[in-house]
Amino acid sequence: MNLIINGQNKTFAAPLNVAELLLRLDLDKKPVVVELNREILIADKYVDIQLDDGDTLEIIQFVGGG
Amino acid sequence: MSFLEQLEQFPQAEIRDKILSATPDQIERALQRPRLRPDDFALLLSPEISDDQLERLAVKAHKLTRQRFGRIILLYAPLYLSNECANGCKYCGFNAENDLPRRTLTFSEIADEAQVLRDLGFRHMLLLTGEAPKVAGIDYLESAVKVVKPLCGSVSIEVFPMDREGYSRMVKAGVDGLTLYQETYDLKLYRELHPYGPKSNYNFRLQAPAAAGEAGFRRIGVGALLGLGDSLSDVFYAGLHALYLARKFWRTQITISFPRICPTEGGFAPRSLVSDRQLTQFICACRLLIPDAGLILSTRESEELRNHLLPLGITQMSAGSCTAPGGYSDHSDEGEQFAISDHRSPAEIAELISAAGYEAVWKDWDNAFLATDTR
Amino acid sequence: MDKLIIAGRTFTSRLLAGTGKFASNEAMVAALENSGCEIVTVALRRVDIDNPKDSLLSHIDRERYLLLPNTSGARDAEEAVRLARLARAAGCDPWIKLEVTPDPYYLLPDPIETLKAAEILVKDGFVVLPYMPADPVLAKHLQEVGVATVMPLGSPIGSNRGVRTRDHIGIIIEQATVPVVVDAGLGAPSHAAEAMEMGADAVLVNTALADTADPAAMARAFKKGVEAGREAFLAGLGPQRDKAEASSPLTGFLRDD
Repeated sequence: MNLIINGQNKTFAAPLNVAELLLRLDLDKKPVVVELNREILIADKYVDIQLDDGDTLEIIQFVGGG
Repeated sequence: MSFLEQLEQFPQAEIRDKILSATPDQIERALQRPRLRPDDFALLLSPEISDDQLERLAVKAHKLTRQRFGRIILLYAPLYLSNECANGCKYCGFNAENDLPRRTLTFSEIADEAQVLRDLGFRHMLLLTGEAPKVAGIDYLESAVKVVKPLCGSVSIEVFPMDREGYSRMVKAGVDGLTLYQETYDLKLYRELHPYGPKSNYNFRLQAPAAAGEAGFRRIGVGALLGLGDSLSDVFYAGLHALYLARKFWRTQITISFPRICPTEGGFAPRSLVSDRQLTQFICACRLLIPDAGLILSTRESEELRNHLLPLGITQMSAGSCTAPGGYSDHSDEGEQFAISDHRSPAEIAELISAAGYEAVWKDWDNAFLATDTR
Repeated sequence: MDKLIIAGRTFTSRLLAGTGKFASNEAMVAALENSGCEIVTVALRRVDIDNPKDSLLSHIDRERYLLLPNTSGARDAEEAVRLARLARAAGCDPWIKLEVTPDPYYLLPDPIETLKAAEILVKDGFVVLPYMPADPVLAKHLQEVGVATVMPLGSPIGSNRGVRTRDHIGIIIEQATVPVVVDAGLGAPSHAAEAMEMGADAVLVNTALADTADPAAMARAFKKGVEAGREAFLAGLGPQRDKAEASSPLTGFLRDD
């Protein structure tokens, strides 16, 4: 299954939910926000959301800024 | 935040105390502030201000006025439509219990009055009534405005308070200015002085200028009738009211008036007298509080005082005033609201203004420029 | 006590600090500490998924500092609203420093898109602190839609040029109904003091703290600058004396008789 994450094409084996994806990316312990196809996801729901081929994800975090 | 809520943050006893206990140093510091905060404004109202401090206050007020307004004085004429009134204001000549000839002008009489004022040169007219909804209510005013409007550039009203809907109707009819004095901001005294009639509702009157702001008035004027109660706190609250309106309705020009109570047919004795010195101080302090506010001096004042106050912050004056309905065409003062001190004709007043180095402006706004219908 | 109140929340410090452009997280932490600030701004960016780094948040004590996410990078209202909602989803208080800067050269704020975004965000329940051109009429429009502060720029972001918009900021301060935070371009403690002496309620500084050899020392200097300016404002500056003017007294008539 092909996912577009932060503008990059990535391939993963299905089935995969959002919580599992974050684990695979080593982001599960980090304070990030996930947008799936321009919808903001609620962290509690990560395990319930199965990803499909072609899904577009944005994974965002806080950085320094003024 | 409504003005009522803001008012509650400045209890009268505290404000009075602050003003009366001001030290020369405190007054000095307030005088040096580039912008006044409410506290500084209170200090500048202090009776302890020295002659030297008052002079410097006047110089600042004079400079600010020159900077923001230049050398102009707007002249306007009051046009009394009716002296019928259901209120019992104890200090007012129109008090329902006063025995005076009652009259409400017909629309053709209004046209005659407006024509007299137009011929004298006036293009800003202020329509006044008492509070008699059946004979001179919103419908009557609407029609009156339509009669007067073609004869002048700008119509203002000084009538009973309305809600937002009423004011919207006034704006639609062509009114662009509102004058509404709270008379006194002291709730207890207000209740004593307005024992019955619709005017006994303090809050409704207090919130009405904001309703007019929402309805889109171009000019809104507030003030306290000086001498009714404690004039120090009343001027403080009037300034605060003006500041509140100026910040909230920033598209609207806010004006403050300084009417000193004068003897009427009701025979009300003022509780305190505001001296010429105090009046001067009040006007200058208000100029510093709101550099852009229009400050209005009433016909009630003498010719001499008006001349002296011209450069200190005043931007508008009434001229050739008659306070009885129909008085311009009848040449009668029967049924007047109060006696006036300045008996100069409008032409004389304009000449004196010009001699003092100012220009008398008869018309500074006509919303016909913005009208979309071509009639 | 002299406190800064924004949207009902009380702060002792009148210096807001940014967290960008520091050479290291340690330098940033030291600067925040010495600045005495209670509000820190942060930005939102994509995670580098091939090389995820330590989160900035692990260096900021959230008990101590209110996190104020910004919408930097947004070029229009829609992008700004999207970023604000992402920040809120990340578990922050719904406070947002609204920045819409389509011009990539001077990063000047877009007044029209900023106003649009502010209106949407206020309706959506955000406490909105908009970065804005020092335009007094825009400040009034923003206040009307319900922003919690206005944040006019002193000079372009990162320029260190000081309060170049002085006259307009003076008008904004005079007429404001919400706290005025001078943001952007303050390069020296004297600039911060100047804004505070004028009556600004607070200032926000980032580049001047980050882009120096000793951020911790500079942060301490800014803290003093802000406090000095505030105290001077409260005390009331002495008058700049005009030359003596020969004129007849304006109030002489009161003493004639």
